[in-house]
Amino acid sequence: MEHLTYIFQGGTRALPRQSDVVGVVGSGNLEVLIETAPLAGACTVDIATAAVGFGAIWHAVMADFHARWQLRDTRIAINDMGATPAVVSLRLDQAVETMLEERA
Amino acid sequence: MRSYLEATARERLQRLLDPGSFQEFLPPSSRVVSPHLGQLNAPVAFDDGVAVGRALLAGRPVFVAAQEGGFMGGAVGEVHGAKLVGMLRRAINEQPDAVLLLLETGGVRLHEANAGLIAVSEVMRAVLDVRAAGIPVIAVIGGSNGCFGGMGIVARCTNAIVMSEEARLAMSGPEVIETASGVEEFDARDRALVWRTTGGKHRYLLGDCQALVADSVAAFRAAALDQVDRATAVPLTLDALEQEQALLTARLDRFGHVREPMELWRALGMDHPEALPLLEADAFVEHVAAVRLGAR
Repeated sequence: MEHLTYIFQGGTRALPRQSDVVGVVGSGNLEVLIETAPLAGACTVDIATAAVGFGAIWHAVMADFHARWQLRDTRIAINDMGATPAVVSLRLDQAVETMLEERA
Repeated sequence: MRSYLEATARERLQRLLDPGSFQEFLPPSSRVVSPHLGQLNAPVAFDDGVAVGRALLAGRPVFVAAQEGGFMGGAVGEVHGAKLVGMLRRAINEQPDAVLLLLETGGVRLHEANAGLIAVSEVMRAVLDVRAAGIPVIAVIGGSNGCFGGMGIVARCTNAIVMSEEARLAMSGPEVIETASGVEEFDARDRALVWRTTGGKHRYLLGDCQALVADSVAAFRAAALDQVDRATAVPLTLDALEQEQALLTARLDRFGHVREPMELWRALGMDHPEALPLLEADAFVEHVAAVRLGAR
């Protein structure tokens, strides 16, 4: 296992809901737990991944994600079992979109 | 028609229960994860592979658990089992109309050894305590991992089981039998054989499950609701257990020598047993109504 942490500043979008989880920790898949938290405007990402040695790719995927959504005061935690970058991006977008959905 | 088989545990909860009614105990954000997997340098899940809580089913209060087959095959570790037990004990306090167990599991999570085994035995005891308190427990089985090992026993400790044709229910899984007894005894790669011996239709014919439905969330929902209504008619009494024991003894006497499920179906009175796997769920249920065991 490898643990990675990234902090992104300068986000502008706050999420309306408390927390949600998307995805499953299965082979080639991951779960994304997304929560609102008072982080002085930051978006933090904590990753626990079974695939060791891919820090540079994770950083690129997360930087793209931050550029897309510009989240602030958001805490993201990931449990990964070897998902590809495309799947990671998909799950991250799914997590944000779930948080933005209007719910009855 | 939305497939139950292909849905995740959380999707099943959203679609089988009244929309928006599920309130989770110990949600992923509380991060109660397995203490064992980290020591083994293995990935954890924030819910340890099971979601538990309360919800409404057609307006009626129920407690519910859903195992996620995608995480370690739905296997029961210490935390996973404790969440099931906690939900069941809380049900006794809060007296919902029923408890639904959406099971998809290979049984004990072997990584967690004795802690997992103890967890499963505690789940069995808790299920029986809930039933003794007069609250029906309904098992719903329809995931691709089936329901095996100790959790197969848990399923049979409930008031009633709802299965699809695609669902499987047994103690030892196909690979376990092949490993222990040899490929001549059981070829785990023979999918038709695996489903003939453990699949929903066989279980329904033998009286091991009480309802067989098509693989759709709506069908599972309707059958679960129906079983909640019927389940109170089968209380957990010595008399009911002795009746069940008599049924099993008679079944063993009658079919214990049979080597192949299709022979058993023929012995039950099915003239063309080879046609049974091809029938849709509703047509199958109608077709076998007169001969299936354990109808109640």
